[in-house]
Amino acid sequence: MSDMKEIFQAVLEGDRETTVTLVQAAVDSGVVANDILQNGLIAAMLEVGHQFEEGEYYVPEMLISARAMQGALDILKPLLVKAGVEPIGKVIIGTVKGDLHDIGKNLVAMMLEGAGFKIQDLGIDVAPETFVEAIRNDPNVDIVGLSALLTTTMPSMDATIKAIDEAGLRGKVKIMVGGAPVTSNYSQRIKADGYAPDAGQAVTLAKSLLGEKSVHQ
Amino acid sequence: MIETKLTNKNKSVSIRRDAPTVMIGERINPTGRKEVLAALEAGDFESVRRDALAQVEAGATVLDINAGVPGADETILLEKIIREVMSVTDVPLCIDTANPKALEAALKFYEGKPLVNSVNGEEKSLEAVLPLVKEYGAAVIGLCIDSHGIPASPEERLAVAEKIIGRAAQLGIPIEDIVIDPLAMAMSADHKAGWVTLETIKLIVQEFGVNVTMGASNVSFGLPDRKYVNAAYIAMAIQAGLTCPITNPLVTEISAAVLAADMALGKDEFSMRWIKAYRKRNKGAGEKR
Repeated sequence: MSDMKEIFQAVLEGDRETTVTLVQAAVDSGVVANDILQNGLIAAMLEVGHQFEEGEYYVPEMLISARAMQGALDILKPLLVKAGVEPIGKVIIGTVKGDLHDIGKNLVAMMLEGAGFKIQDLGIDVAPETFVEAIRNDPNVDIVGLSALLTTTMPSMDATIKAIDEAGLRGKVKIMVGGAPVTSNYSQRIKADGYAPDAGQAVTLAKSLLGEKSVHQ
Repeated sequence: MIETKLTNKNKSVSIRRDAPTVMIGERINPTGRKEVLAALEAGDFESVRRDALAQVEAGATVLDINAGVPGADETILLEKIIREVMSVTDVPLCIDTANPKALEAALKFYEGKPLVNSVNGEEKSLEAVLPLVKEYGAAVIGLCIDSHGIPASPEERLAVAEKIIGRAAQLGIPIEDIVIDPLAMAMSADHKAGWVTLETIKLIVQEFGVNVTMGASNVSFGLPDRKYVNAAYIAMAIQAGLTCPITNPLVTEISAAVLAADMALGKDEFSMRWIKAYRKRNKGAGEKR
């Protein structure tokens, strides 16, 4: 268990090299991959999200923690697949049409991945049709995440949700929205399923949406 | 020396590299300012008028006006905000919209020569914005961005600037009416982002000598103590060739850094602008003595 504490600490400090070395050593000594994932990596990324929410951590610190986690995941992924460990859910994420900002969207994607979700990142300036296609092509998608940084591109969120609705896919996914000018109020107005003010809280939101989804199905 | 002249009914501002830096006030913009958004949604223009006055008082000589309120009719709102701002101050304005209809309506009633924010290297943007700039005799900000997104290198950004300047020239828009924005990006997400922008400014000045603007506060996004980062960065960018940053003059660290940079570059004779700004900041304290 002291291994886990050290891995947790290394991810929290964004020390990729140490994280990778510790994770490899843990694997070599026979620790189950899923234990490393749950008790080391995911626990650390949750703490990173929490520190960010509290204003204790800044963007670069989240980025290097995510990088450390990625390094560890490269080792663990094949083992997890072999052991039949499934991601907790699948998220399609993107910055909506007309908007080129990606920092917030990338942070949310990293934090969700750090929480055990599988992510498909559609990038920036993503047209409503592209979201629709991606949902249609993937029977396992649970959540769609829409990001916008500009007041002038927020209407693209509305348009995307309408397009998903019109394509008859609204029942299939939960939709979460976020970005600097977005508010909880606006999220309700455009009939999104949830809004999170930052990347840490986006994880909490995604998990609760996942819960709602499994209850309804 | 290239000179971009902006005017309002009674006032004109000259932007040139051998003159003091022109601060374009950024605060009349609902993006990233939820209280402005809420006020505008509620039809409350008091805060807009207050923001306009405060920024001019703090040294802004041009004001950026952005009316991007989701769900609102931008054409109507933009005109309304411009009229409100003009009722309290007569500085030239920078009309900040991605909506050609709203832009044309604003250009129609604006008396003088505004700065249009903005055109970029995408065909759609060039075709929609440049003819309006020509028709109404405005100046325009050209963003170093095209259909491939934001170029990674200074050379690629320069190429977009060249494209915009070339297309404007074809329409008969003189080079002095193009102000290039090299794009300031967050250093928190890419530690080379600040450097790329500074290098882009240098290349643009070398190649075209045009005026340069940027949303200077972007560089510090995601970092603590942003005002110190912004102050140092804006001074360095002015040294590189930035002439009219879009920024928040109410942050003393920023407006002081701009004045100090101008002084260091020999643009403040007898340091009088610096001294005057100091007196203004410390007016309350002086009266007590």
